[in-house]
Amino acid sequence: MAASLQIAGIRKVFGKGDKAVEVLKKIEIDVAPGEFLILVGPSGCGKSTLLNIIAGLEEPSEGELRIAGKNVVGIAPAQRDIAMVFQSYALYPTMSVADNIGFALEMRKVPLEQRQKRIAEVAAMLQIEHLLDRRPAQLSGGQRQRVAMGRALARDPQLFLFDEPLSNLDAKLRVEMRAEIKRLHQISGITSVYVTHDQIEAMTLGSRIAVMKDGILQQIGSPDEIYGRPANRYVAGFIGSPTMNFLDGTVQTGGPNGRFVCQGDTLDLPCPDPQALTLGLRPEHIQLTANNGGWRGEVMLVEPTGADTYVVLKTGAGVITVRAPASTHLAVGAHVGLEIDRQHCNWFNTTTGVRID
Amino acid sequence: MISKNLPRILVYGVLLIAAFFFLAPLYVMLATSFKDAAQIRSGNLLSLPTSLNFESWKLAWSSACTGVDCRGLQPYFINSLIMAVPAVLVSTAWGAINGYVLSMWKFKGSEVLFGFMLFGVFMPFQVVLLPMSQVLGFLGLSSSLGGLILVHCIAGLAGTTLFFRNYYTAIPKELVNAARIDGAGFWRIFFRIVIPMSTPILMVTLIWQFTNIWNDFLFGVAFSGADSKPITVGLNNMANTSSSVKAYNVDMAAAVIAGLPTMLVYVLAGQYFVKGLTAGAVKG
Repeated sequence: MAASLQIAGIRKVFGKGDKAVEVLKKIEIDVAPGEFLILVGPSGCGKSTLLNIIAGLEEPSEGELRIAGKNVVGIAPAQRDIAMVFQSYALYPTMSVADNIGFALEMRKVPLEQRQKRIAEVAAMLQIEHLLDRRPAQLSGGQRQRVAMGRALARDPQLFLFDEPLSNLDAKLRVEMRAEIKRLHQISGITSVYVTHDQIEAMTLGSRIAVMKDGILQQIGSPDEIYGRPANRYVAGFIGSPTMNFLDGTVQTGGPNGRFVCQGDTLDLPCPDPQALTLGLRPEHIQLTANNGGWRGEVMLVEPTGADTYVVLKTGAGVITVRAPASTHLAVGAHVGLEIDRQHCNWFNTTTGVRID
Repeated sequence: MISKNLPRILVYGVLLIAAFFFLAPLYVMLATSFKDAAQIRSGNLLSLPTSLNFESWKLAWSSACTGVDCRGLQPYFINSLIMAVPAVLVSTAWGAINGYVLSMWKFKGSEVLFGFMLFGVFMPFQVVLLPMSQVLGFLGLSSSLGGLILVHCIAGLAGTTLFFRNYYTAIPKELVNAARIDGAGFWRIFFRIVIPMSTPILMVTLIWQFTNIWNDFLFGVAFSGADSKPITVGLNNMANTSSSVKAYNVDMAAAVIAGLPTMLVYVLAGQYFVKGLTAGAVKG
């Protein structure tokens, strides 16, 4: 059963008087039933606090939180019909895997027979049937992660909360479990909120992403929107790897055949009205060309990754990174021509960082 | 070869001397308790008893005289049991609950409260003798075993709270949060999740409290009545009862009897003691 979630004007202040720190500033997010919302941001941005408030482990200083339309502020975590997967898994060390998975059901006085049936179902779904009698200490990291998922799934809650569940796994397992979480969400259809600082997890898992910084919601939107039309310079820089290139300069001529003067270089591309601006270009939206007439750069560094090759170049406008095909072979110090994908220019106000269309 | 092993030989040498130093009194006590009066008078302190004579043990247990009362140590031993068992259990349980609250359910001022409780660990108990006796009088528990149990519970509380609080601080807070979301309340979390993880620290606290309470002399002297003297006081009085001949063998047997329960507890639960003292965070 999927429920909607409304985060309405949630504020959280720690401390009092002069020492008060506002970690969440009027957060407004609507999550539709069945959605997979990602809260992403650097450490200290307030994303975990927000998750704890949704879980009921912390109370907001102000605002309302509605699960399936019902305000749950002041209601105990157990009564919110939620399940949570923790970063450290938080498995009960003295209980067997089966007891761990069944604990929430036991607390809700589900009869033993029904409980065992449900534990078996969940174990089958996660392929951990052979581990049911073991203690958490006897499990590997990936297995613990699965048990933690099983514990959350067992109760069939209205809302799933994930607090950086993959950050304790090694790179390979992380990719595997990421796919597993996505699969489980597709099967169960349960509304989920997922906290991470990993932008790849955010992009791959989320049906919508909320980017946070300093307790302020910077942007919320689909992965495409966040990546393609970042609302400000912070979001543009946070999402995407290698990070977006930012070039500070002045628009001399606006319009479709505009001209952007950027330190030593002049770029011909569609521009907004003449003013001082920052141009944001994703590494894949700059191509290396043999054309010597336009923008040029000198190769500083070549980083092959297998699928792509990242080329770092020094231009008159500053140092930029270009995502080039894997077949690219360039010598350091070589001069190459650069061509900008004119459809994908992002403009930001240089002082405020706000996106300009 | 010798120069290579010299440090090791030195270490073992020092350890052996230390072991001898600590075990010698025990040996003298045991050896003397099995000797008869004649052998004690004639022999030296370290000689082995010529025969195993249990007479002095029987005397010490059931018929040695303290003043005019010739019932041996038995009544004091029973008093100590009646006093120590509930006092140990209550102070340990109470400390566990305190530690649980102070580490996992922190509230405003809980750290300050814990700071004040720590005073109790370092406070010399002589300071509380007079006020405590007034309180016991006020409660009608003067000179009774009930009063002694209460005093030991309160006196031990600071230490047991400290033990459990520090142990529980190492348990990840997420475990409690997970249980709260799963629907467990304060007591369920305590009994189902926290207590099963507490075996080492429970053992440490039980041994610690039992040793302290069983061996206590100060409160036993100050707050007991004629019928409620614990074994430490009984032993002291028996050894100080003057008669024409000093019965060293009986005194020694009595001393061993008085110390036996703490040794027994340590042997039974001691394997957990070191484990509990050195146990770090509980890996989940």
